[in-house]
Amino acid sequence: MYDVVIIGGGPAGLTAGIYAARSNMKTLLIRSAYKPSLITTTDLIENYPGFPDGIGGFELIERFTQQALKFGLALVDDDILAVAKTSTEGHDAWEVSTAGSVYQALSLIISTGTEYAHLNVPGEVEFTGRGVSYCATCDGPFYRDCRLIVVGGGDTAVQEALYLTNFASSVIIVHRRDRLRATAVLQDRAFANAKISFEWNAVLEDITGDSVVKAVRLKDVKDPGKAKTLPVDGVFIFTGTIPNTEMFNGVVDMDAQGYIKVNAHMNTSAKGIFAGGDCTNKLLRQVVTACGDGATAAFAAYEYVSVLKGTSYDGVKTP
Amino acid sequence: MPEEKFVDNPDTAITLTDQNINEAVAKYPFIVVDCWAEWCGPCKMLGPILENLAKKHVGQIVFGKLDVDKNPDTAKKYGVRSIPNLLVFKNGEKVGDIVGALPEAKLLERINALKG
Repeated sequence: MYDVVIIGGGPAGLTAGIYAARSNMKTLLIRSAYKPSLITTTDLIENYPGFPDGIGGFELIERFTQQALKFGLALVDDDILAVAKTSTEGHDAWEVSTAGSVYQALSLIISTGTEYAHLNVPGEVEFTGRGVSYCATCDGPFYRDCRLIVVGGGDTAVQEALYLTNFASSVIIVHRRDRLRATAVLQDRAFANAKISFEWNAVLEDITGDSVVKAVRLKDVKDPGKAKTLPVDGVFIFTGTIPNTEMFNGVVDMDAQGYIKVNAHMNTSAKGIFAGGDCTNKLLRQVVTACGDGATAAFAAYEYVSVLKGTSYDGVKTP
Repeated sequence: MPEEKFVDNPDTAITLTDQNINEAVAKYPFIVVDCWAEWCGPCKMLGPILENLAKKHVGQIVFGKLDVDKNPDTAKKYGVRSIPNLLVFKNGEKVGDIVGALPEAKLLERINALKG
């Protein structure tokens, strides 16, 4: 029986791991065996304090992991199938099942993050891996001197478009509105980059090709009768994210999009389950806010477990 | 670099290059080639999963790994545009590819479907 099981190995989960392990809770972190934290696919993080020259997402996660392991965090690579309520010695507990194992804990911290959303347009599935990509750091080097489009207008879309200019001959940012959502400094860089151009008020209608992508058709959202075809070699899609929370359906309350509802103490609707990071309904999904959530969730879980065990610093309280 | 000697039933993913991949594809009736690169985070997660499968399915499925950064010709020849990408060869012919990382059980399902 663990004091706390943390599900997810991104910034929120690993920070929770650092705090939980340092508070001497018996802590296990279960991180997906096949799906890395989305931040590992970001080539450069410039807004995480302490790294004035920026740091790669993969390296940052490595560092978080080393730091958590140093304080005694136990770590397994496995994928959660279900969570169920159970009890031990008269108090509530939670049971977490994977394909091969069952783990029990007095409390859980869910920090499973998000994954990139699909556009659901014709050609997207067929050409995935043949010109359609969701990871610029993985696939950018395959597109030397190629013509690319990036779909989206947020931070990720613009940052990845900038990264892709290292390889591509041209990058067209296709955005459904007439201005970008991305942070100002990224916008300035994109506008100043000679390889980047824009298709405003445009949505992707379909992706066509033979064995690989050859063209995309764009529709004008202001004038739906107007469409144009662009010859391209690659399509990178960064139009938003969806939370990795399916396996918690019916266990904790979520909003309509599937983001887990939490309060300021990272409590979910289920007693003993806390959540933090990108999988929760919050305003700003960034590494730094995920870390904050993780620390709070670990502290809240510590309080909760202490009360269950009757060892709370504040004396006898009801959880 | 010394020529890799291909054993009959490897229990680990064998290292392939532009030079020796054809020999491996000709030798093994069913081989799954993991195209990866140092710069690709998801690829690093797939590595241990494939090692696991290589151990569990000795004599049935052979696994190879090919660094696309050092072996661009193979990547080009098979139109690899996204990694991780598993190229699947049966009796010397490419019968399919599996793009993106998947959990071990799902991956095995996809591989077996191509194995027939």
